[in-house]
Amino acid sequence: MLKLHLDRLFRIAERRKLFAPIRRAGVVDFGLWEPGADVDLETLTSRSAKGLFFPQSEDLMVFQMRGKAIEVEPAAVPDDMFVLFGVRACDARSFAILDRVFLEGPVDTWYQARRSAGTVVALGCPGPLAESCFCPVFGIDLAEPEGDARAWVLDGELYLKAMTEKGEALLKELDGEEVDDNALDAAKADARAKMAQNPLADLDLTGLDGDHMMEMFNAPEWKALSKACLGCGACTYVCPTCQCYDIRDFDTGSGIQRFRCWDSCMFSDFTLMAHGNPRRTQLERFRQRFMHKLSYFPANNDGIYACVGCGRCVGKCPMHVNIAKVIRALGGKHI
Amino acid sequence: MQGEVNEFKPLIVAFCCNWCSYAGADLAGSSRLSYPADVKIIRVPCSCRVNPLFILRAFQRGADGVIICGCHPGDCHYTTGNYYARRRMTVLFRLLEFMGIDRQRVRVEWVSAAEGAKFALVMNEFAGAVKALGENVKLGDLRCKP
Amino acid sequence: MQTVAERVIARAKELFFSGEVRRVLGWERGEFQHERIPALYETAEQLEKLVYDEYCGPNLSKELIALSKLEGRTLAILKPCDARSLNLLLREYRVDREKVYILGAGCTGMRGRDGLLLKCETCRGKDFPVFDEAIDDEECRKVPDGDRFADVCRIEQMSGDERFLFFRSELSKCIRCNACRNICPACSCNQCVFDNPDSGVSSKASADPFEDSQFHIVRAFHVAGRCTDCGECSRACPQGIPLHLLNRKIIKDIGELYGGYEAGGRSPLIDYRASDGEA
Repeated sequence: MLKLHLDRLFRIAERRKLFAPIRRAGVVDFGLWEPGADVDLETLTSRSAKGLFFPQSEDLMVFQMRGKAIEVEPAAVPDDMFVLFGVRACDARSFAILDRVFLEGPVDTWYQARRSAGTVVALGCPGPLAESCFCPVFGIDLAEPEGDARAWVLDGELYLKAMTEKGEALLKELDGEEVDDNALDAAKADARAKMAQNPLADLDLTGLDGDHMMEMFNAPEWKALSKACLGCGACTYVCPTCQCYDIRDFDTGSGIQRFRCWDSCMFSDFTLMAHGNPRRTQLERFRQRFMHKLSYFPANNDGIYACVGCGRCVGKCPMHVNIAKVIRALGGKHI
Repeated sequence: MQGEVNEFKPLIVAFCCNWCSYAGADLAGSSRLSYPADVKIIRVPCSCRVNPLFILRAFQRGADGVIICGCHPGDCHYTTGNYYARRRMTVLFRLLEFMGIDRQRVRVEWVSAAEGAKFALVMNEFAGAVKALGENVKLGDLRCKP
Repeated sequence: MQTVAERVIARAKELFFSGEVRRVLGWERGEFQHERIPALYETAEQLEKLVYDEYCGPNLSKELIALSKLEGRTLAILKPCDARSLNLLLREYRVDREKVYILGAGCTGMRGRDGLLLKCETCRGKDFPVFDEAIDDEECRKVPDGDRFADVCRIEQMSGDERFLFFRSELSKCIRCNACRNICPACSCNQCVFDNPDSGVSSKASADPFEDSQFHIVRAFHVAGRCTDCGECSRACPQGIPLHLLNRKIIKDIGELYGGYEAGGRSPLIDYRASDGEA
């Protein structure tokens, strides 16, 4: 394990793009690090880190009019090497979930390009970052995040441990002092103990899986659970694992720009077809979101849930309806 | 020479009411009065048909200035349309200014069907004012840049 | 002596059990201390969960558009700001007055996770413009001194470029989740222009900063002269964008130019004077 001063890490930015949690206009989100950036390692980012590999909006191709001819120009596949620092254990796990969607055939060219260009330096949490955190429910260890390298910050010092070849290559670029792997054991145990006390750490997923699909789908609780839902997309857009997108054309005046952008199953125009939205009521749309995370996805992916317990949707919902309430209502003994 | 080749010519979108200002533009043309060729006229049934999205979309697609022309107050073909437009645009323009958009890029003018000369004058003056401001960067859309 | 909250809950139950109303629209507890979720109560058993306290921030008035279409009357517990929003919806014939029983609930300012809600710091007043009965006390009628236009005035003092950078920086945080629109009691179109694929402006993400400006200008302007300044847009925003500034700028200007308005009255933007100033 390598120990160095936190500031030294930012020297990577001289050679590669470095993305880190940065506070801008009062909100912490992953952003490009530049000298003077207000790096905030104490707050859970407002949005998840998925946008680094799967941006909210990205160009796919351009249809350009040249006189009477139309030229089709595919968008350049991104190949800029970058380092993503400060990803928490929850977001780090979400990449494994997104990989299943985008890399297990048909392979998504743009996602794959970004994944191979990016080196993930995941940061262990010193304890829950918010009262809404519940990653242990999904078997995630906040102190040992997945990634190309693991990082911890203790008393202003950065500790790094390479987990993959990419991570090793990165660590070679940094000079620090070699320290024993066990140096942080006490801090890690403390973080886990604090997390176990968090209010949502006791959520019980029993009965929520692919095998109980129809019981879950037909549960009478959905009506009351979805009653207050506004149908906004806040939960889906801050979610690290929501991966639905729409493909749209933008008329630039001299051609067409085809792009894709995140979509939300909460919207009335989600998967819009000639006859309308197949899910006509907010109850159906609300149910879809949680069924996907807690039943459909595990059914098709070896029992892995499409939720990592980051708790963003819990904190962000203007009406305070969220996955924790759904798990409380349907999980455990209820089904 | 170089300066003349690269001279900035502002693109102006003029929303003209069918009953007065559009006819005023016609008169300006048939009277052979000159106004900048980069004024693009869009005919609307009444000045109050112009909704904020029209103005924003014009800016998005490269306009450097947007002007709305209607009948003089009291002369609206629909009696009161231009009065409503006047209030709405006053509030909208103040909001745009509040958000840091140059106030001089938007304007409302009353031009009657008989005022061909005024139409040419207004357009020349407005184009001059917008030219002084330079290209519209704040409300443009990079995707629409040629 | 019973507190205002206890009286509100007791009275709601009384009206429900007497058959005066068929259902009760109020709040229930959420997962955390500060969370209150809008809830509809239709049975005596459910009604035991009805709560009214200092965390009941969400505005319930918009729910009544759908609820007033149901059979029988719905009792709605409305704070003064919520009642102002309902007054607008009544004026626009979006809610059937006969189908709603308005129980006005006194309010001393609502709180969220981070303390007093922004909208409550500059409370607009404690009067109920519309109600069937109101329950409050002296404490609930005290209006805080905050000047709701102070922030607007501060921004007006900045230079044009500073204002532009301020709003560009704030609006660049927007994720286009539409929470501000969906929660707004004045945004009650059956289909929003931004959800209509045929409108040419619908989009689910801002692919260019222009689209952030476009969405927020149109959102604010569409409720110009109708916004009741309930502050829900800023409360709902998951990215902490001070959206109310745009609405308040419009309210302030309309006040200065056309003598102000109170939602539920005639909007100055569907009115005119021959003597109005030029744009």
